[in-house]
Amino acid sequence: MRAADALVKALEMEGVEVVFGIPGGAILEVYDAIYDSGIQHITTRHEQGATHAADGYARASGKVGVAFATSGPGATNTVTGIATAYMDSSPIVVFTGQVPTSMIGNDAFQEADITGITMPVTKHNYLVTEAGDMLKTIKEAFHIAATGRPGPVLVDLPKDVTLADVEFNYPKKVSLPGYKPKLDGHPRQIKRAAELIMESERPVILAGGGVIISNASKELTELAETIPAFVATTLMGKGAIPETHPLSLGFVGMHGSKYANYAVQESDVLIAVGCRFSDRTTGNLERFAPDAKIIHIDVDPAEIGKNVGVDVPIVGDARKVLARLKKHIQYKQRKLWEDRINKWRREHPLKYSRDGFKPQYVVERACEIMPDAIVTTEVGQNQMWAAQFFKVRYPRQFITSGGLGTMGFGFPAAMGAQVAFPDRTVIDIAGDGSFFMNIQELATCVKYEIPVKVLVLNNGYLGMVRQWQELFYKERYSATCIGCEKTGFEAIARGFGAVGMTIESPGEVDDALKEAREIDAPVVIDFRVDYQANVFPMVPPGAALNEIIDIE
Amino acid sequence: MKHTIAVLVENKPGVLARAASLFRRRGFNIESLTVGTTEREDISRMTIVVEGDNRVVEQVIKQLNKLIETIKVSEISEGSVERELCLIRVHAPPEKRGEIVELTNIFRARIVDVSRDSFIIEVTGDGDKITAFIDLMRQYGIKELARTGKVAMVRGNKR
Ligand SMILES: Cc1ncc(C[n+]2csc(CCOP(=O)(O)OP(=O)(O)O)c2C)c(N)n1
Repeated sequence: MRAADALVKALEMEGVEVVFGIPGGAILEVYDAIYDSGIQHITTRHEQGATHAADGYARASGKVGVAFATSGPGATNTVTGIATAYMDSSPIVVFTGQVPTSMIGNDAFQEADITGITMPVTKHNYLVTEAGDMLKTIKEAFHIAATGRPGPVLVDLPKDVTLADVEFNYPKKVSLPGYKPKLDGHPRQIKRAAELIMESERPVILAGGGVIISNASKELTELAETIPAFVATTLMGKGAIPETHPLSLGFVGMHGSKYANYAVQESDVLIAVGCRFSDRTTGNLERFAPDAKIIHIDVDPAEIGKNVGVDVPIVGDARKVLARLKKHIQYKQRKLWEDRINKWRREHPLKYSRDGFKPQYVVERACEIMPDAIVTTEVGQNQMWAAQFFKVRYPRQFITSGGLGTMGFGFPAAMGAQVAFPDRTVIDIAGDGSFFMNIQELATCVKYEIPVKVLVLNNGYLGMVRQWQELFYKERYSATCIGCEKTGFEAIARGFGAVGMTIESPGEVDDALKEAREIDAPVVIDFRVDYQANVFPMVPPGAALNEIIDIE
Repeated sequence: MKHTIAVLVENKPGVLARAASLFRRRGFNIESLTVGTTEREDISRMTIVVEGDNRVVEQVIKQLNKLIETIKVSEISEGSVERELCLIRVHAPPEKRGEIVELTNIFRARIVDVSRDSFIIEVTGDGDKITAFIDLMRQYGIKELARTGKVAMVRGNKR
């Protein structure tokens, strides 16, 4: 059988239902093979769009996302998507075409050393030089992408390899002597953690993206209720506990609420689960949670002690460890702490000025009107407003580029999420600047009838950068005015064959959102919001989590 | 402080690049790195000497462990046999040859090539010994020098 056909058959055996990609010379065999397979192929308009879509699909569904690209420029176009998935531990497998093995290293037409280029941003990658190794490699690629701490895996396939004749025997098992993720958590450490929690008076759980990835929300919520402990999440952890839950503090960090930041800062035990203590979450590390004993649960041992010194390290899968930990805990009321947090919540709610047409209002209304929608975001103020004002109710509902902070991620990711869940409402909360970075995927949405809704919070600026210039660069607005008030997103949408709307005042917001929700087609709504709106509260870079700038 | 780390990896293309890339990316300072196969030809052993405090070394070990091809990582700074090989081409005019031969013997080094006005000397030992020998040879004029970097193994049955 032709290796390309064997590849497609292997994908079927891995349960792959959809692939995002763009063909080209070096990967033509594979495209020829997929032509009459049961796998759907969605041709995106840019390979970056394909990798983000595969990533969005993976984050929404929990399955492995798959993307194809040709050699050279096709492959290099996937790099941002791969790096984005890497930083947020999202399982995707990217297959790239490569020039024939005899030409590798000769600077052949459309040759790029993509395994070299992606080495630092993949969990693992492969250049298949023998057709006989291909199936084993595919098996390993899917296994590595999805297990332990998930991540992107790239498989580079030279043209002669995909053309060669192979026997189809797809391995059932992988043999990777050095790769054995530890999942169970050490019983003695779990006990120690339980003791610390039982002794504590001010426990706080800090839940990261790892909780979502390991499907540990139920276990996390149960543990929180058992202790009881308030739960702050990182940006990636949004949805780890329903944000409508009385113990939820929402997200913490640079633009987290004051009460979440205070709670983490003043905790005496911090139970960090599946989070990597990014600087956006911790603020100044030296003054981070100064009184807290830190329990850190993570499947990746290298995360433990990387940024923050840890008192009780537990290497293991969040779901397993949390379930075990709960067994050692008895409910103990901590009235003073509870009152203190509730007082902070009353005194420092998230708020914004109601003058004019504020972007926060759009997010708030979207949350009210489409509470169960899958939400993706772009990067910048839009992302932070979405994080602050969209109350996430279930895991995998909120999809955002937390680690790399990739503008242009949200829209193709929404496309991928919508492909995974055709019957749900999927919205991308976007900034005008970010939307431009993969706007071409509107054509893909129209062609494949993927009814994503893009809510463009159009402030005509690279807003988040503008905010930093306002606060830290004496209002010298260098290169951030992109003038999207002159851009007709409504007409652009129509030009692509999608539905477009322009909304200029708060009074029109509800109707527009309701209308969009009912339209079974991609919709772009251009919300002409106030350009001066800023994201507050804010912990300035380098400050401690409780040193917060806020509006009066 | 210097730490010696032994890494057993699957002997596959790209493994060395992966390890090296990891060091570069995280800004760990490699002092030396040697690689060769082990008693099994599908497994290679890297001996890496890094400079840094305990925290750095802990991260180095954890990151190396993360490489898919890594089978085992161990720190072997204490109680280990450490050796390095060095080849030195030294200027050796007839009137100095006696002296050089004598020093070579004292250091249990070996002259492995003789030409009209130079020797190539092979010396093995721990880093200090080699450095001392090199310093002695300087007075005669070193024309070329190659050091392998360290290989190491834990003493006794401890592995
Ligand atoms: C690909 C990429 N380039 C540059 C940046 C730096 N950056 C971070 S936020 C931002 C502005 C985003 O503007 P916009 O999408 O309009 O969103 P807003 O902040 O106005 O909501 C920029 C340029 C980035 N995160 N990603």
